[in-house]
Amino acid sequence: MNEDWSLIIEPKNKWYKVNLREIWDYRDLIAIFVKRDIVSIYKQTILGPVWFLLGPLFTVFTYTFLFSEVAHLSTDGLPGPLFYLGGTTLWNYFQACFNGAASTFSGNAGLFGKVYFPRLVIPISLIISNLLKLSFQFLTYLLFLVYYYTQNEQKLVFHYELLILIPIIIFIIATISLGAGILISSLTSKYRDLSMIVGIALTLLMYATPIMYPMNAIPELYKPFLKLNPISPLIEAFRYVFTGTGTFSPYQLLYSLIFALFILIIGVFVFNKTEKTFMDTV
Amino acid sequence: MSTVIKVENLSKQYRLGLVGASTFKEDTKRWFAKMRGKEDPFLKLGVENEKSVRDNSSFVWSLKDVSFDVKKGDVLGVIGNNGAGKSTLLKILSKITSPTTGKVKVKGRIASLLEVGTGFHPELTGRENIYLNGAILGMRKHEIQAHLDEIIDFAGVDRYIDTPVKRYSSGMYVRLAFAVSAHLQNEILIIDEVLAVGDADFQKKCLGKMDQISKSEGRTVIFVSHILPSVKSLCNKAILLKNGCLNYTGNVNDTIGEYLSSVSNQLFYNSSSDILVLKSVKISNQVKQTTILDFGDDLIIELNLFSNKKIFTPSFWLSIESVYGPVYGANAIIDGFRPDFIEGEVKLKYKFEKIKLLSQEYTLHFGARDSDLNTLLMPSLIIGRFNVVTSLNEIGFLKTNDFFSGNFSPLLRDYSLQINDNIEYDFKLEKVNKNV
Repeated sequence: MNEDWSLIIEPKNKWYKVNLREIWDYRDLIAIFVKRDIVSIYKQTILGPVWFLLGPLFTVFTYTFLFSEVAHLSTDGLPGPLFYLGGTTLWNYFQACFNGAASTFSGNAGLFGKVYFPRLVIPISLIISNLLKLSFQFLTYLLFLVYYYTQNEQKLVFHYELLILIPIIIFIIATISLGAGILISSLTSKYRDLSMIVGIALTLLMYATPIMYPMNAIPELYKPFLKLNPISPLIEAFRYVFTGTGTFSPYQLLYSLIFALFILIIGVFVFNKTEKTFMDTV
Repeated sequence: MSTVIKVENLSKQYRLGLVGASTFKEDTKRWFAKMRGKEDPFLKLGVENEKSVRDNSSFVWSLKDVSFDVKKGDVLGVIGNNGAGKSTLLKILSKITSPTTGKVKVKGRIASLLEVGTGFHPELTGRENIYLNGAILGMRKHEIQAHLDEIIDFAGVDRYIDTPVKRYSSGMYVRLAFAVSAHLQNEILIIDEVLAVGDADFQKKCLGKMDQISKSEGRTVIFVSHILPSVKSLCNKAILLKNGCLNYTGNVNDTIGEYLSSVSNQLFYNSSSDILVLKSVKISNQVKQTTILDFGDDLIIELNLFSNKKIFTPSFWLSIESVYGPVYGANAIIDGFRPDFIEGEVKLKYKFEKIKLLSQEYTLHFGARDSDLNTLLMPSLIIGRFNVVTSLNEIGFLKTNDFFSGNFSPLLRDYSLQINDNIEYDFKLEKVNKNV
């Protein structure tokens, strides 16, 4: 009897058996999901992708008014809109990816119950399709940047030599949101309580990230705690590259990168184990 | 021919009730047991899935120790009652859920069609959805491209292909979805009653396509269905599942026969009436006792009753009903034929010649009234079932040109009734029509 079986269906996945090859085989599906996500958002809307901008712009002007004009929080000497837009652009990407990935199982139960494909395809395509939204907001950020440079009244410094950091920063954010998202998605598929906690935790995390304030404005006593947040150095570095303000340290970035890879690996393993039994618990 | 699917001792356990705090407790216990190298305390092997029996265990085996092989080019039907484990088997084979114990070995790519149009997005056009659906089912982009024209042609939606599918009629939607599935290039197809969609014409087209897939392309198909005629006409082999266990494996006719006989062995009616008791029901055609009849067979129904007292001029009625309602009937209230009296053992033998019924399941209903018609001796209850399995490809239940010919009731049919082997009565529809 020849034993060249192409597939063996067994009770449980070994936690380390992650079939990356299979995901590669489904790359066309990833591409189609990305296209679906993008197209379906602004079909039948008049402004289309412009909606990606209006939300954040509104937020930024609210922040400028509230935190800068009313509460007089520091913006590191930057014009309010420029300061807040940088942080929210990155944070919005993180949040969109994380929330999307965290609802992989709960949001696609119907689909997963009918057909098999590597479940990781869903969060991966989400990370990619959110890049479009990110690029629109990033473009707006650049427009603001250009405007304030031409105004020439601010002490803005553009670190051209560090521009290479931008894709790395985005990569790290994507990795953290993917890793944490699929981890949460796996855990909440069985214990729903967790999704409540996650909602609260995400809001807390946003306040623990220098989006509405610069790291400099934090008293030394609390700084070490805020530095544990792997997203903080990313946002600070982002501002540093384009405006020359904020604290930037390569070690902090390295910490974020290691954290990102660590959580991704954990996430993938747990996700891998969950995807086989998920349909029985949902 | 070589084996392409090998199912070995497959079992699947499900948890009953809710997932809540107790789940967390059990998970912790399970984890402790595992750490100490013991067996899972909640995996009790050797308990059968019997729905009506209430076990205090909150776990249930919906599939137990199932093993079978599928050879290349086979079309295997999977039949069984609701809850027999058909869907669970399907889900395991299509990798949607994993088995609790046992394994399945597969050679070749599997595509499962548990539903048509999985993942269809209403905002996307027909063309975009073909790509989306195809990719979800595991096709590569170039494979879809190669079959795009064929798919559009098969679905017959050429004009609408660049319109969002939310504007499609439900028929078009289903046709497009099936067309994608029908052009999958996978070596093994798993199909779950997707044929029960669309109009009669399209169903025929689907059946034809499935036939082509298995017979001329030599691909392997596993087909799960309640619709016995489709199973019979498509499959060459079949397995019968019962309470999660494999009950019978064999060629398709034997398995269907086994299934139907196990169904009809169940007692449908326990008479509670003290006066008249139904003791047994026997269904046969002109040749032998059977619950599977063909179009044009004679249908003979023999009832054994026991009457505890002398009943004068009782009236009986018998009706044959499909899911759409009564299709055949013999009614003593209308035709007026009554025996003078019955007492003790009573044998009724109804005979309908050359039944014009199509592939379907039919139920038998029987009732009896006293001579004044006011006293119900036996309510009209289901006393049995039979199936018509015919190769006629019409959809529906009754093939007849004279459906509305009777002035009386369309339910009346020519029949003959024998009581206790001596009183005989022949009912002809024409006679009644003349009287009216």
